[in-house]
Amino acid sequence: MARTLQHRGKASHNGKHADAQAGAPAALSAIERVRLARHPSRPQTLEYLDAMIAEFFEIHGDRRFSDDGAIVAGLGYFGKRPVAIVGQQRGRTTVERIARNFGKPHPEGYRKAARIYELADRFRLPLITFIDTQGAESGVGAEERGQHEAIARNLELMARLEVPIIACVIGEGGSGGALALGVANVVLMQENASYSVITPEGCAAILWREATDENVARAAAALKISAPDLLELGVIDEIVPEPAGGAHTAPAEAARNLAAAVGRHLERLLKRTPAELRAARERKFAAIGNAHLTHGRVENARTIG
Amino acid sequence: MAREETEQSVPSASSQPVQAATPRDDIWSKCPTCKEISFRKEVERNLNVCPKCGHHFRLTVAQRLSITVDRGSWREMFAELAIDDPLGFVDSKPYPKRMQQAREASGRNDAVVVGLGKIEDRPLALGVMDFEFMGGSMGVVVGEKLARIFNLATRRGLPVIVFSASGGARMQEGALSLMQMAKVSVAIARLRDARLPYLSVMCDPTTGGVAASFAMLGDLNLAEPGALIGFAGRRVTLQTSNQELPENFQRSEFLLAHGMLDAIVPRHQMRFTLARLLAILTRPKSIRTGRK
Repeated sequence: MARTLQHRGKASHNGKHADAQAGAPAALSAIERVRLARHPSRPQTLEYLDAMIAEFFEIHGDRRFSDDGAIVAGLGYFGKRPVAIVGQQRGRTTVERIARNFGKPHPEGYRKAARIYELADRFRLPLITFIDTQGAESGVGAEERGQHEAIARNLELMARLEVPIIACVIGEGGSGGALALGVANVVLMQENASYSVITPEGCAAILWREATDENVARAAAALKISAPDLLELGVIDEIVPEPAGGAHTAPAEAARNLAAAVGRHLERLLKRTPAELRAARERKFAAIGNAHLTHGRVENARTIG
Repeated sequence: MAREETEQSVPSASSQPVQAATPRDDIWSKCPTCKEISFRKEVERNLNVCPKCGHHFRLTVAQRLSITVDRGSWREMFAELAIDDPLGFVDSKPYPKRMQQAREASGRNDAVVVGLGKIEDRPLALGVMDFEFMGGSMGVVVGEKLARIFNLATRRGLPVIVFSASGGARMQEGALSLMQMAKVSVAIARLRDARLPYLSVMCDPTTGGVAASFAMLGDLNLAEPGALIGFAGRRVTLQTSNQELPENFQRSEFLLAHGMLDAIVPRHQMRFTLARLLAILTRPKSIRTGRK
């Protein structure tokens, strides 16, 4: 399932993704990819929904507090298949960006997502998620209303679902705020998207006290947040090629590539029983990172208790 | 999400008993809350709670275990698990070097201890996070040990208690750390399906990826008084909000008032409270499974 980055540079120009490679710069650096992931004209969740989903019906509200514009959730058809959809939406115009809080969900956004997760499970609808956030909102209101609890609850809820879940990282995958849409059977990642435990800026500020351009670039590289690195680490399952120069240069093509990958995995997953789908997802997450475990004895081990 | 401190992986001065600046500072300790000076011995005898104002100092793992589980009942598990250097991460020093220092200082491989024990004769599975070990940060080992202890409890029909104390996910293991939030949550879902109780006890501090995963997922969420519990760091929140932070912001009392905790339990009552809750929530297997 895991394809390596054959479309990484001109040297590997060998036909299959010819148009994705033409003129692509050889191996972008981590920070260059982050800039592409944040590009103001990069396609967002609603554009992919337009291209991939028919008869989209958007749902609103968490039934607890309010409706969060940073999370788009709803029902529709992928091909002939009814599906449930959740994604972060950053917004395009200034007005929309403010209304959508720049794609940083509040707890009520995650609780709206939880509603759609439960609907998906109950009506056996495959779930497709689109991850595109610099992180969950971190203001006073978010803390008061339990941002931690809302995210934690979604992790457990996604772990339980007995339907196929396909997550697509289409822009920035910012930490727990992204993972709350990311506990999936298959995690797809666009070539220039990023997915990280912390923003490069945040990391640089902590490690080197100052988020200068140089430090941010260093942090981006050190954190291994680009698709090829994450594929190797086993955090994602497949890299979806982007048009040369990034998804924003040819959004229709970017959407076609993404839809093709989603469709392929969906067909495969739909052959499995509900219980198998949950179990497979559990095994996948239970194994992440374990290749790096060692069995070390500590020198001065102390007995406790 | 990732923890905010790195160099200061030792507890900050505001939370450890501060040694008074006298030649005999091993005898005295100064409380960061009431600024009163007490005999260090007296503070320790008082479960590391300030005898004057009730400030709860942070506990080491050994201290926590000794005041929590029945004497002689504790058996640590999976202690051998350790991590290599998945990212080849270098900040002011290479990650393996940083880990080696933490291992030597703590006498353990990573920032959590898990095992089996008893509280008032009731068998249970237990996890205790070690804030002194790189700020209690969660990497692959912390996630794996917790997932294993939850799975073991599910298989053996045991309740689980986790004492959290962590700045969040460990930056030096990158996205692998982030994924541990999912790993542990997957294991908790199975424990819950088996109708076994999970009591989460949040200690000072519980933030970031630990708060946003297993710490908030208890069937009952408890906290020690005055513990810092939050999603984002205080500095980040200040920048985002552009407003003054409310009194007690991100402290246990604030979370209780906003409905995120079931109770704040003073340290002197913790063991008794846990025993009481386990007595109510622990059902015989025939009742849990609906079979005779």
